[in-house]
Amino acid sequence: MQLDDTSLAALLAAAEQAGRPLSELVLAEQAEELEQTPQQVYDRMAACYAVMAEGVAPGCDPALRSASGLSGGNAAKMKAAVQAGATLTGPVLGGALTRALAISELNAAMGRIVAAPTAGSCGILPAALLTMEAEKGCPRRACVMALFTAAAVGRVIAKNASLAGAQGGCQAECGSAAAMAAAAIVELAGGTPAMIGHAVAIALKNVLGLVCDPVAGLVEVPCVKRNAAGVAGAFVAAELALAGIASVIPPDEAILAMKRVGDAMHPSLKETAEGGLAATPTACRLRDELLGGGPLP
Amino acid sequence: MNVFDIIGPVMIGPSSSHTAGAARIGGVARALLGAQPVRADIGLHGSFARTGRGHGTDKAIVAGLLGFAPDDTRLRDALDIARRQGMAVNIHAVELDGAHPNTARLRLQAADGRELEVQGCSVGGGSIRITAIDGMEVNLTAEHPTLIVVHQDVPGTLAAVAETVAGRRLNIGSFRLTRQSRGGAAVMALEMDGDVNPEVARAVAALPHVMQVTLLQPV
Repeated sequence: MQLDDTSLAALLAAAEQAGRPLSELVLAEQAEELEQTPQQVYDRMAACYAVMAEGVAPGCDPALRSASGLSGGNAAKMKAAVQAGATLTGPVLGGALTRALAISELNAAMGRIVAAPTAGSCGILPAALLTMEAEKGCPRRACVMALFTAAAVGRVIAKNASLAGAQGGCQAECGSAAAMAAAAIVELAGGTPAMIGHAVAIALKNVLGLVCDPVAGLVEVPCVKRNAAGVAGAFVAAELALAGIASVIPPDEAILAMKRVGDAMHPSLKETAEGGLAATPTACRLRDELLGGGPLP
Repeated sequence: MNVFDIIGPVMIGPSSSHTAGAARIGGVARALLGAQPVRADIGLHGSFARTGRGHGTDKAIVAGLLGFAPDDTRLRDALDIARRQGMAVNIHAVELDGAHPNTARLRLQAADGRELEVQGCSVGGGSIRITAIDGMEVNLTAEHPTLIVVHQDVPGTLAAVAETVAGRRLNIGSFRLTRQSRGGAAVMALEMDGDVNPEVARAVAALPHVMQVTLLQPV
């Protein structure tokens, strides 16, 4: 079976026509492409999901710190607030924020993660799926399958725009991860293929233009908190789409708009650490402290 | 592009280019040396030099030299482990003209005295290119089994290698040949589809004018 993955519209039409979840179509196609059985491909994805799940607990360690000391310990604070019942928005969003921070901080502290689609945005998709499993009772198998839907969305974005901050800014990394997560959430919640498309479009539209401006060039500030914002954006997009709200701009056009915005973005705002937050007085001071002391002779 | 290019790789953070890719460069260098180095001089260029320490690029390259995969949690402690295993590591910044911003140049020595210089760059998402081996230009991805043949630039050598490979029903996915001078030392790199039996390397090594053959398995 060949899936037309040049556009999201084609993928979603195929799922609509087959009357099956997009994830099932993608799994069948990938088994053929990788010359493996569907079970083997599923198992490989389940192993990725397991790595994601295993990252939450060490990521919530209050003593966790990155080599630079710029990040770590915030997932623990968020977790404590959720456990105390002290959050404004409750355990679903609170849990998602906790998990996104945990995995992202673990990444910064040289922990084991799954790039999804990148290391800098690695907290968003697992936070969405693990929260659907823990807070909404979705079976683990369904959560693993939803990764195939997320991957299919990511593949369309990679083909028609980019997943790299150096090419498209943060919109291409955390934005794409949020769009992938939104699609996965909608499928898990029983939404239609059309709803998946609207969720992807809404998630991307809401972060269009987001720049990649890492302080001192490190994947920490503002990346970790943008992972929290990313999973929140995924839930916003999924919630709207599941309520039947349509995106006026279709997802494929939103992806192309993201590509054009990324192309138009000044190089200082694409992972070079020369603009945006990376150029603020505080960021420059941190950079000089961290790197000026001679990282390498 | 398959789904695991999007969901993956499984890796030690924080950066697919500066950490996971760096570990793979170290892993390829170890494989090319054919042994764990006892001495490693690691020159980091560009962004690798500027942000390498914060991204653990130094640890990642040494982890690769120790034979650790990019998702091995021992990567964090690679510098200490190398010290305990008697690997003398020197890491410093280098300026390499015209090189990709994420480039490392590794000068290695094996216990038996053999030396090897490998240059490679990390091009994003954990993908790498090995760009030079002992000063000779190559372009390896280390994603497929690769036959690296150092030979003398003598007419017919390429045909003999190709015939040997074809005789074993192996398909060449990409090919590149560079030479230092006409009639001098040259290197060809053949990236193959599917599994490659080490026997083919021995067969190629037995051909006239072939000086050295390395079969690099995917790293």
